[in-house]
Amino acid sequence: MRLALRDITKRFGSLVANDHISLTVEPGEIHCLLGENGAGKSTLMNVLYGLYQADEGEIVIDDEPQHFKGPGDAMAAGIGMVHQHFMLIPVFTVAENVMLGHETTGFAGSLDLVAARRRVREISDRFGFQVDPDALVEDLPVGVQQRVEIIKALSRDAEVLVFDEPTAVLTPQETDELMAIMRQLKESGTGIVFITHKLREVREVADRITVIRRGTVVGEASPEASNAELAALMVGRPVELKVHKDPAEPGERALVVSDLTVADEDGRVHVDSISFHIDAGEILAVAGVQGNGQTELTEAMVGLAPHVEGSISLDGREIVGRSVRKALEAGIGFIPEDRQVDGLVSNFTISENLMLNRSYDEPFVSRGSLNLKKLDTFAKEKLAEYDVRAPGVSTLAGQLSGGNQQKVVVARELSRDLRLLVAAQPTRGVDVGSIEFIHQQIVAARDTGVPVLVVSTELDEIAALADRIMVLYRGRVVGIVPADTSRDTLGLMMAGETPEGIES
Amino acid sequence: MSIVDLPVNSDEPVVAERIPGLWKTPIVMAVFTVLVALLVILAPRTGDSTFRWSRDGDWFAIPDITLPANAVVWTAVVLCLLCTAYAAWTARAGRKTPLVLVAAFAVIAVSGFLAWAVAGKTLPVVGLLAGALALAVPLVFGALGGVLGERSGVVNIAIDGQLLFGAFGAAIVASLTGSPWAGLVAAMVAGMLVALLLGLFAITYWVEQVIVGVVLNVLVIGFTSFMFSQVLSENAAALNNPPHFPRLEIPLLSGIPVLGPIFFRQTVLVYIMYAAVFLIAWALYRSKWGLRVRAVGEHPKAADTVGINVIATRYRTVLLAGAIAGIGGATYTLVSVPSFGREMTGGAGYIALAAVIFGKWDPIKATLAALLFGFASNVESVLSVIGSPVPSQFMLMLPYVVTIFAVAGLVGHSRAPAADGVPYRKG
Repeated sequence: MRLALRDITKRFGSLVANDHISLTVEPGEIHCLLGENGAGKSTLMNVLYGLYQADEGEIVIDDEPQHFKGPGDAMAAGIGMVHQHFMLIPVFTVAENVMLGHETTGFAGSLDLVAARRRVREISDRFGFQVDPDALVEDLPVGVQQRVEIIKALSRDAEVLVFDEPTAVLTPQETDELMAIMRQLKESGTGIVFITHKLREVREVADRITVIRRGTVVGEASPEASNAELAALMVGRPVELKVHKDPAEPGERALVVSDLTVADEDGRVHVDSISFHIDAGEILAVAGVQGNGQTELTEAMVGLAPHVEGSISLDGREIVGRSVRKALEAGIGFIPEDRQVDGLVSNFTISENLMLNRSYDEPFVSRGSLNLKKLDTFAKEKLAEYDVRAPGVSTLAGQLSGGNQQKVVVARELSRDLRLLVAAQPTRGVDVGSIEFIHQQIVAARDTGVPVLVVSTELDEIAALADRIMVLYRGRVVGIVPADTSRDTLGLMMAGETPEGIES
Repeated sequence: MSIVDLPVNSDEPVVAERIPGLWKTPIVMAVFTVLVALLVILAPRTGDSTFRWSRDGDWFAIPDITLPANAVVWTAVVLCLLCTAYAAWTARAGRKTPLVLVAAFAVIAVSGFLAWAVAGKTLPVVGLLAGALALAVPLVFGALGGVLGERSGVVNIAIDGQLLFGAFGAAIVASLTGSPWAGLVAAMVAGMLVALLLGLFAITYWVEQVIVGVVLNVLVIGFTSFMFSQVLSENAAALNNPPHFPRLEIPLLSGIPVLGPIFFRQTVLVYIMYAAVFLIAWALYRSKWGLRVRAVGEHPKAADTVGINVIATRYRTVLLAGAIAGIGGATYTLVSVPSFGREMTGGAGYIALAAVIFGKWDPIKATLAALLFGFASNVESVLSVIGSPVPSQFMLMLPYVVTIFAVAGLVGHSRAPAADGVPYRKG
């Protein structure tokens, strides 16, 4: 099946998300769609999958123009999609998820689960997936859930499979396995569209690469192109992929965490008696697959976690049991992992967001009222200093792009005298240009002698920032290793294994 | 640290004491034990309590049981204490109190209370339970409607409005046509009308569903009260004089002692209820329709991406739920009382809503919860008929107190459908 998109245009109000994009996918080909967050890749795929209707242009399959009114039509035409956020129902079994929407039924519409299980086993065996049809999806590891998504698409005889940012939630090993699956699918004649912003993966599996920037195709690239070339195409200017960073000059022991245990309201233990330390002027990067206790660890550091045991000692002072305000006053800066939820108030202006961590005292508040003039000057200063692209300081934070929002958060947190910086996923969903800038700021903070705890699920980011790396798995420390530890070793550790020669 | 040390399942709590609410059940049990003990200490009764088990028409009569009231209460207190102690022991060991124990405790405590309340008189046990079932009928239908709506992702606070409008429609149409069956159909249509409004605002216009539901209830109260005083009262003989469903005894089954009079000497609506409960429970978990309804309530976008029409599925389910709740409303005017009256549901829809939550969004469990609330209502009316030492105002509170305790104290950890109350917007 030969799939072609011709001059697809999709507008949301005044925003043109896709501007005359054309693209073809041949059978047995992996076509990479490379672009930054917000470049319009996902919109294009949602048009292809029938979730959106294109304003202009057409979708053509084997020279036959298609009119998809919904995902059902797209699936019937042989298009399958593995979504970035899995479209699986957590409380259903694998078989129920796979059969949903094209159920085989028996008497009076009763579900034929036997047939559904057989179908899952059949596809699972064909690709060596080892998926139990009766397992509840919520109990499965993320990597296996993704295989369920693939089975779901294949069970409808998909001939073109779209993978939307499939590696965001995977360990490096799982990513390698996924690449192998993609090659296997390709050999069986399936056409694949692989959407990503990760250069390494593109070069590994792509047969063809189409680069998208700001809703338009800016060019095709060959898989032999270098990272720098691809990045430059993606961003539109040459990019420094590696942050310049002098070796750390660790000072005295600033942060000592011992036997820290964090549980949630339901009594589940997310951080399980971990101990580590960070010296002044040093970056400790926490690596691990999402959901292995990183969120709870960072929240415990600023007093946001409800049930914390053990000790967090900053400059000899105990943090555990103190309020968030006390933690802020102790000089902790916190870049939360989800800026939309915890980092910003979208309906507040940039200026207002810049003073959120100092909302109760000088310099911006005196005798109970806001000092707007001072705040305005401060905000303008920070806007320039952090290169926030916005019409002005009274722009609402919600109207900024992801990268600029994150710069506002970083500007706020770094504009105080810090004794500790906790940065959770500091560049998630941020464009390549801003990543570079934010990394520089974090390194600069370190160079002024601040101890930094960085949490990231991206090994590229870990490699760019870390002076030492701590790997978390299921709430425990697998090991603390030097910054030059190989990707493979880190990958194994992220899966909970302790390679030889690693002390933990 | 080696791999072996890693927790096999990260969901497993490492420290048992952290399970929240582990002590809730033993504490509630202890409170009730003390309450029953206080009854007999502060207000000891004289005389014997008689429990009557038989009715005319049974194959054979089970003799009445007559026991000294005080002795029964004290026995109940001791048994309650034992149950509480066992519950405390399981909580200490880090385990949950077995449900069987909670049920046994409830039966013992209620028996103790009843023995105390009817001292010197006779309690018709079968009548109490049969009446409880009859009173629970609107609650069960309301709860089934609530379960269906919420399983598809639409919070249905408007159950009370659907019951009331169902009662209203049934009364008028049955009076006009002279047929209770036509009244039943009208009740279903009335329930669906309220559901259609709910759907329109909740599904199509994304209005906050709790607010829509409450407003609909107020709207139905206002409309039916107006119609009642302006139209129905004027022409009561023609418009508000519905024929009733007769009691229908099922041959053979109705002769079984105890069970027969309770379950098989009821009106046709009760038999429809049995069928509805089992049909809905089966369809929700075992049919293609149910799988899709639950999918839409859990993760509408996932359902959309496999070609299920989320909006249509929600509309269909909410309308069906409205029709079912409407049948519950018909019970009022076609079975229970002679004619329609202002605000005659008395907030039963809210009790049905509590049954939905107490029943953890499961048709069978919600039905059991509704039966429990029906029982509490009937204890009140039976005791007031035979003369209870408790002031009637307190007895009137009983169903609602039971509701609060049930929902707040004993539910444990229940999980609503993930997309319950969340409108689906594309993109």
